[in-house]
Amino acid sequence: MRRDAPLLVALALGAAARPGAAQDTSRIDRGVRIGIIYRPGVRPGLVVLPAAAVPDSLRAIIARDLDYSDRFELITLPGGDSIRFATAAPPAAPAPPAAGRTGTSGAGPKPASTAAAATGLNYPLYQALGADFAVILTTAKPDSTIVTVHDVAAGGVRREFRAHLPPPAAPGFRMAVHRVADRILDAALGAAGTAASRVLVVLDGKVYSIDQDGADVKLVSASEHVALSPAWAPDGRRFAYMEFWQGRGRLFVHDLATGKRAAVAVVGQALDFTPAFSPDGKTLAFSRGNEEGTDIYTVNVKDDCCLQRLTVGRFADNLSPVYSPDGQRLAFVSTRAGAPQIYTMAADGTDQQLFAPFDYGVTGASYAPDWSPDGQSVAFHRDVGGTYQVFVLDVRTRAVRQLTSVGRNEDPTWAPDSRHMAFVSDRSGIRQLWIVDVETGRIRALETQGGARLPAWSPRLPETTTSTP
Amino acid sequence: MKRFQLLVLGGLVAAAAAACSSKPQTTPAPVAEAPPDTSGEVARRAAEEAERTRQDAARRAAEEAERAARQRIADSLAAMGRGSEAVRTLFATMIHFDFDKANIHTDDAAILDQKVNVMQANPQVTIRVTGNCDERGSDEYNLALGNRRAVSAKQYMTSHGIDAGRIATASNGKERPIDSGHNEAGWAKNRNDQFDIVAGGDALKQP
Repeated sequence: MRRDAPLLVALALGAAARPGAAQDTSRIDRGVRIGIIYRPGVRPGLVVLPAAAVPDSLRAIIARDLDYSDRFELITLPGGDSIRFATAAPPAAPAPPAAGRTGTSGAGPKPASTAAAATGLNYPLYQALGADFAVILTTAKPDSTIVTVHDVAAGGVRREFRAHLPPPAAPGFRMAVHRVADRILDAALGAAGTAASRVLVVLDGKVYSIDQDGADVKLVSASEHVALSPAWAPDGRRFAYMEFWQGRGRLFVHDLATGKRAAVAVVGQALDFTPAFSPDGKTLAFSRGNEEGTDIYTVNVKDDCCLQRLTVGRFADNLSPVYSPDGQRLAFVSTRAGAPQIYTMAADGTDQQLFAPFDYGVTGASYAPDWSPDGQSVAFHRDVGGTYQVFVLDVRTRAVRQLTSVGRNEDPTWAPDSRHMAFVSDRSGIRQLWIVDVETGRIRALETQGGARLPAWSPRLPETTTSTP
Repeated sequence: MKRFQLLVLGGLVAAAAAACSSKPQTTPAPVAEAPPDTSGEVARRAAEEAERTRQDAARRAAEEAERAARQRIADSLAAMGRGSEAVRTLFATMIHFDFDKANIHTDDAAILDQKVNVMQANPQVTIRVTGNCDERGSDEYNLALGNRRAVSAKQYMTSHGIDAGRIATASNGKERPIDSGHNEAGWAKNRNDQFDIVAGGDALKQP
């Protein structure tokens, strides 16, 4: 049971410093460390240092993103910003403290920045505070921020890069900052983050987009028809969804950049629903309800052709398909054994078999599978005592474990890191979107409006702003 | 129609006026030129008068007959409309389902039998059956369940002789509850099939 938890030094105020010196003491005798620290049940500490001339919102967003990565223990510095002066005191004052409030007059670290920062940061102090990593943000030019990730224990700079950020009021600002947070995570732990991602969710019959930190709730698709089941295209630029037309379901692909949508050209006047893109973005799998029941079909959405039927239900329904990340298989729901359960088949419809084991007549009905981006897990929800709970199936061992137990929890959707998951829960009394870290079990509410349904977590979103080292 | 009558009346009035106005012009001449012919003139006028009366009577009779005919048609249309309404109400009766089930209740079979009779008596009618679910089930699964409920009713009706092409099916899943109650009473109402006449429902015959 190893758990990586880098310490980011976050500068939240307040006395809730880390629980005591005991931990700090234990850290001292760790001996040689290479990058990531592994301690049972303890995550590395991390501090995001306050810096003059850097908009506080920038630091706040980054600190929150790193906190939400659930890979660090964000360190609250006692005395708030006073820590800055403490670090500034040592010999060659490092860039962030020295920059002063006159904007960029401090002239930043220049070529020798790494050395300056390395010599300037009071590593023993941060180490004593429990930080394994310290992040310093320096505004070099109005649109350019230098990010320095310090490895506190090693006493040196882990990585330094320059990020070009649009002005805080610009539409791309937050997402650009999220990308910075993901790069910090990559620098510290070599792990890919989810800060630059969004969740689509159905609210009041319309599709909304919410940044993974809960900001920027935007209506992205609306018509007079009820919309359901948004599903991201792998490029992160489009999504498919279903609209109700008088008891019929029509599928659309919505382009986020243009705001335009196109109907998926499939023949017939049927009830088409639960679309899912193949990993290459060319094929859309979906459920079609008609007089023969509900079955799974695929259609080529690149050339608008080639409708193919994958299941023949006869007296059973087959629905809610989702591709494995390699595109070779599908997970889906079938009622062939009576109650709906999770099955799998090859992408061409062959080799259909039970996926998530169940005890006939004992295990509750199971619904809404979502295959993790790393291919190792399939999340779904299952009836437990008359309500729904989220479960995770280990694809290799076919072991199933229950992830939630409080309230009704359903429609899980994996984050691009295959570690976080959004789902709908009424645990607070209203139906909200929640995010859980499958590793630690840490949970947070994503939106507070209520009535959220059918979330879909995006892949890592493509660059919309320049951000070069 | 009324407009036409007015026009006819207007025409008659004009004709009468013309006749009257022409009289003073024509009468002075005969009076002056041929007094002995008075009796013949009188007879001719009498004949004209009789002819006019006869024509008026005939016209009035025809108008009366036409009015009566119109009334009869209107009356029968109203009657037929009342009949259609009754049949339509009968036809709109929903059937209901158990939780997560799509099989037809035995007591609901009688309701479907009535619909079968209506469709047999009105071969021009085509319908849509829409399945609905209560709020408890999974959002997406309920679309399939609603579809299955609609298909159940269709299968029952086709197995009782209705042509499959006359019955379309649809599902609202749990998206269109008719009762907003979050309790068994509300849920029971929301687990239903609804029946809509798509075409041919203007005048429905009683089965």
